[in-house]
Amino acid sequence: MINIGEILLDLWNNSGFSAIFAGFKAGGWQNLVMIAISCVLLYLAIVKKFEPLLLAGIAFGCLLSNLPPVPGAAAMYNQGLWDSYINGTAYQVLDAAGEVIKTIEEVHFTDIIHYGGLLDIFYIGVKAGLYPCLIFMGVGAMTDFGPLLSNPKSLLLGAAAQMGVFVAFFGAVALNLLNGLIPGVTFGFTGPEAASIGIIGGADGPTAIFLTSKLAPHLLGAIAVAAYSYMALIPLIQPPFMKLLTTAEQRKIKMVQTREVSKAEKIIFPIVVTIFVALLLPDTAPLIGCLMLGNLFKETGVTDRLSDTVQNALMNIVTILLSTSVGATMVGSNFLTVQTFTIVLLGVVAFVISTCGGLLGGLVMCKLTKGKVNPLIGSAGVSAVPMAARVANKEGQKANPSNFLLMHAMGPNVAGVIGSAIAAGFLLSVFG
Amino acid sequence: MENIGILDAGVIALLGYAVVFFGIILLMIVVMIMGKIFVAMAAKKKPAVTAAPAAPAPEAPKATAPGAAGELKLHDVEPKTAAMLMAIVADKLGKPLNELRFISIKDVK
Repeated sequence: MINIGEILLDLWNNSGFSAIFAGFKAGGWQNLVMIAISCVLLYLAIVKKFEPLLLAGIAFGCLLSNLPPVPGAAAMYNQGLWDSYINGTAYQVLDAAGEVIKTIEEVHFTDIIHYGGLLDIFYIGVKAGLYPCLIFMGVGAMTDFGPLLSNPKSLLLGAAAQMGVFVAFFGAVALNLLNGLIPGVTFGFTGPEAASIGIIGGADGPTAIFLTSKLAPHLLGAIAVAAYSYMALIPLIQPPFMKLLTTAEQRKIKMVQTREVSKAEKIIFPIVVTIFVALLLPDTAPLIGCLMLGNLFKETGVTDRLSDTVQNALMNIVTILLSTSVGATMVGSNFLTVQTFTIVLLGVVAFVISTCGGLLGGLVMCKLTKGKVNPLIGSAGVSAVPMAARVANKEGQKANPSNFLLMHAMGPNVAGVIGSAIAAGFLLSVFG
Repeated sequence: MENIGILDAGVIALLGYAVVFFGIILLMIVVMIMGKIFVAMAAKKKPAVTAAPAAPAPEAPKATAPGAAGELKLHDVEPKTAAMLMAIVADKLGKPLNELRFISIKDVK
């Protein structure tokens, strides 16, 4: 006779609901909190439209990886597998009954493909540095470096706006001074962790992911969420500081139209930058190389099909893979820590200081040119293309409705991409 | 370089910021030189083109835009596009179109 009660009990025991209750005290509550957080992030992406293309995927990846693993069923993301890969420790493969069936002494990508879940396989692309570089290729194919070429001095604003990267890096290390204040709580960060946090100030998602996946992969989820959230909040974060650091008269300054840039110049530029930056900082070569290759596809005029693919199809596919796999790293036990809170706080500090750095650079240029440069364009030196340039344009128009700063702000804006890549290359060469 | 002290962090931060500026300044110089070369090449080309015909016929004055009350000249721009642009500019400035004076509209390629 079939025992219906036993069947129902088996069904219950094999369900994820049972796993939540069974492991509630042993970290299961953290998974529930993370599921709630992923729903909030989905709300922000869908309703508030905060970087929806990325945040929706990140939130969903977070949701998937926090569904509690059921014994015997394949998890979509195995944190333990990645911990073993990163720390170089042995990984034990368990069967449905929890018995060890194999011990892998050194985990390689092939083991991850063999024993990992779907999101583990996606994540290999992040760990190998593939997705950020492909995203950069798409960014390059969508970027017009014309404004920068017509006004090369705007490159300086892209450098000035990297101030937040290094101040946040310093701040993250300085927090070590607070250690011991609350027993059992660690506030500070190691050098590689601090470098990964600092790069949030570059306001460049792919660069932040690239650097963090190399230096502090355990912080990837928190850093990616902080970076993309603040990039979405640029129209709210930047304007108060723009008004604080500039006078109404300075914001009214109209800038003259810059020279026309020839097609040949636009074609040669990506080649020159690649050679130059890759020789200066070889660690930056993958990022800058892909950025400039994408731009070359756009400018040559003979690779339109490639340019179109990189800008659209490839970019969209990689965005899906990148966002879901980064979101998957937001596992409760890793994410719900004092460190995450500190990262979120340091991230906003990095953003604000980068904005101020760019504005101060703009003020210096305004003085040196005797009022020919509107200092607002300095704030666009944080990457976040083209959002930061749009904000500079909007603030300029608020001060003077006939002021059109967009093309002038695009120069520092794209220079910021190069600047943050150089900053990442430097940090990678120091801590990598 | 896992655990670093505050002093080391300060030095690395300053050095890093300086390296970014150094790299960007070098790049700026390269771009400036590139720009100068291209501008010089373009300047050289222009007189060569105009000097080629022995007796160039005086260029006919550019026709004003159809229906324009003033002296608006269109360079490679369709009248429809020009009308749209003027309307956008008037809207952005918050001023009536008849109070604005457009001199020329050029398609920058």
